[in-house]
Amino acid sequence: MAYFRSHVLVCVDPVCLSRGAHELIDALQDELVAQDLINEIQVLETSRIGGCADGPEMMVYPEGVHYVGLTTDDVPYLVSEHFLKGRIVERFRVKVKPAVDEELGPAQAKEVRVVLRNCGEIDPENIEDYIAEDGYMALGKVLGEMSPEQVIEEVLASGLRGRGGAGFPAGKKWQLARNVQDFPKYLICNADEGDPGAFMNRRVLEGDPHSVIEGMIIAAYAIGASQGYIYCRAEYPLAVKTLKIAIQQARNYGLLGNDILGSEFSFDLEVRMGAGAFVCGEETALIASIEGKRGEPRTRPPFPAVKGLWGKPTNNNNVETYANVPQIIINGAEWFASMGTEKSKGTKTFAIAGDVKNTGLVEVPLGITLREIIYDVGGGIKDNKAFKAAQIGGPMGGCLPEKYLDLSVDYESLTSVGAMMGSGGLIVMDEDTCMVDIARYFMDFTQDESCGKCTPCRIGTRRLLEILERICEGKGQDGDIERLEHLCEVVGQNSLCGLGQGAPNPVISTLKHFRDEYEAHIKEKRCPAKVCRSLISYEIIDEVCTGCTVCARNCPVDAITGERRHPHFIDPDLCIRCGICLQVCNFNAISVS
Amino acid sequence: MSAVKSLEDLKRIKERALEKKQVKASSGSAHVIVGMGTCGIAAGARDTMKAILKYIETNNLSGIIVTQTGCIGLCEREPIVQVSMGEEPKITYGKVTPDVVQRIMKEHVLGGKSIQEFIVKV
Repeated sequence: MAYFRSHVLVCVDPVCLSRGAHELIDALQDELVAQDLINEIQVLETSRIGGCADGPEMMVYPEGVHYVGLTTDDVPYLVSEHFLKGRIVERFRVKVKPAVDEELGPAQAKEVRVVLRNCGEIDPENIEDYIAEDGYMALGKVLGEMSPEQVIEEVLASGLRGRGGAGFPAGKKWQLARNVQDFPKYLICNADEGDPGAFMNRRVLEGDPHSVIEGMIIAAYAIGASQGYIYCRAEYPLAVKTLKIAIQQARNYGLLGNDILGSEFSFDLEVRMGAGAFVCGEETALIASIEGKRGEPRTRPPFPAVKGLWGKPTNNNNVETYANVPQIIINGAEWFASMGTEKSKGTKTFAIAGDVKNTGLVEVPLGITLREIIYDVGGGIKDNKAFKAAQIGGPMGGCLPEKYLDLSVDYESLTSVGAMMGSGGLIVMDEDTCMVDIARYFMDFTQDESCGKCTPCRIGTRRLLEILERICEGKGQDGDIERLEHLCEVVGQNSLCGLGQGAPNPVISTLKHFRDEYEAHIKEKRCPAKVCRSLISYEIIDEVCTGCTVCARNCPVDAITGERRHPHFIDPDLCIRCGICLQVCNFNAISVS
Repeated sequence: MSAVKSLEDLKRIKERALEKKQVKASSGSAHVIVGMGTCGIAAGARDTMKAILKYIETNNLSGIIVTQTGCIGLCEREPIVQVSMGEEPKITYGKVTPDVVQRIMKEHVLGGKSIQEFIVKV
């Protein structure tokens, strides 16, 4: 085989082709022959390099130089400059900006990346990159060697549970849908990730869309589905775009469509965009939305496995669940089951947010403790403050105090202490957080997102929010805690879907673990964390104040008065408690009480 | 792109994709740089380059990167070849004819020992 010192990869995607990629390749070959370099430099065709918009694009290795916008007229100059003399032609060069990935850093010591293994490592818009990493090998194995029953057996044996929150065993769900004799059957991927601060699924869709598509094709084969939908929220435009490119590429390769990989199995996929209603993450509401109806949940049974989309058997899993499937098929159920606890197998992605040093995405084996996630992976609490609580499971989850830091993170343990796995939102709160305010924040969210179909959720969450708001404003009344507890019970037990059933969780868990804070707000009209504006006041400590006037100059309502070099004074009637004076004071002369 | 009809097809695509990836990631232990300025070409650097590539090809070597550089200001010593092995500092050779290439490749690139008599001392 001839030895080439340099390889030139020219993009031949449709856009670059239409902009003259083939003509460029021909001109390059001719010029390389003319300059006697054809035995040293190899020109190859490749798929997408960049955006194609300024195409034709090409990459020159080993230097890794990215050129765009070349015409055949530029070729002789380029060949003699770069390929002969080794001088990079800067005017065609695309400068690479060093990108800092703020969402997903390098894997920390205790992380195990299964779902996120390819994110940031491969080009999500190039199916070949995925195939190079064993992509679609699991599908090949399934279609070539396994019956649908064997696939379900394997997934059951792996112990994979739904990663959307409830944790229903995926294999069991598939079994139910397989056993119903009613065709056609449908497959849905729930990509309607809506928890505040959570973006695990978005990252997988944007970074490794083919893993989700492959998992879906395998699931479709297992249950006998012929059409699939990925329900992705419209707030994820990049994910939608990446998915559409990936689906088209999979179709071109014959991995979607009729007779996949030469088998008799046919399946195709479509992306449906949600309009951003949180409730559409609930499966029956999601199905209604795909059907073009208003996104409202309905009573179950019948479960979607029996009567789902268009009244036909439907299997619905979330992004992360499907993304795990190809790995389980390739590496075996035992490999997957070797990670995690007895009942919760495998890994879980979390989006860590809040007062922690390293915010962003992590993937850890289940059974890890909260302490390990927050301190070892997350780097601990910001500014060396003390840990106060962790909110896990999104707006339907619960707040866990310090005493649960060593709790094993798995489905059962979290449920047993009033939180839940959820889809993987993890908000860490430090000592400066008011738990009543947090409960109010989450109730504000669920109240806003309640679809209004059932009364307990529509009116109950509104009443809950009103009580929480008045407690935060210092207008809490005797009996408010009892009222909250009663309402939480009614809303949780009588709501139609998971949104209403879970809505009281943040209130219940904060009432349970931080009851003293509620009492301080109601009885003493005091906010211990000094967060609730109506319950705090700012004062200047005379002995410390130097009279530098910086606070007075920065106060937006001119509530601070005083002469230069003399202690200043805050007028409590004018003060709006914005906290700006506290931030700007260089002498720590402002106290909050 | 023709459709993938079987697992074998898929494996072939995988092999090809891996190859392309290797091309992208090829970071060899040895880096050979040929001075390819006008002065170098005039002094016969093209023949030097061809001799290097020929040596790699006939001996079926891998992990060696061959690139060019421009005039480094020592035109009278052209053709110039620089060799950098791993973390070691770069060594510059002058008056590298195809015959000298044979020795540099054998003794330095493969053998790991620089050849004092051809080194350009600056």
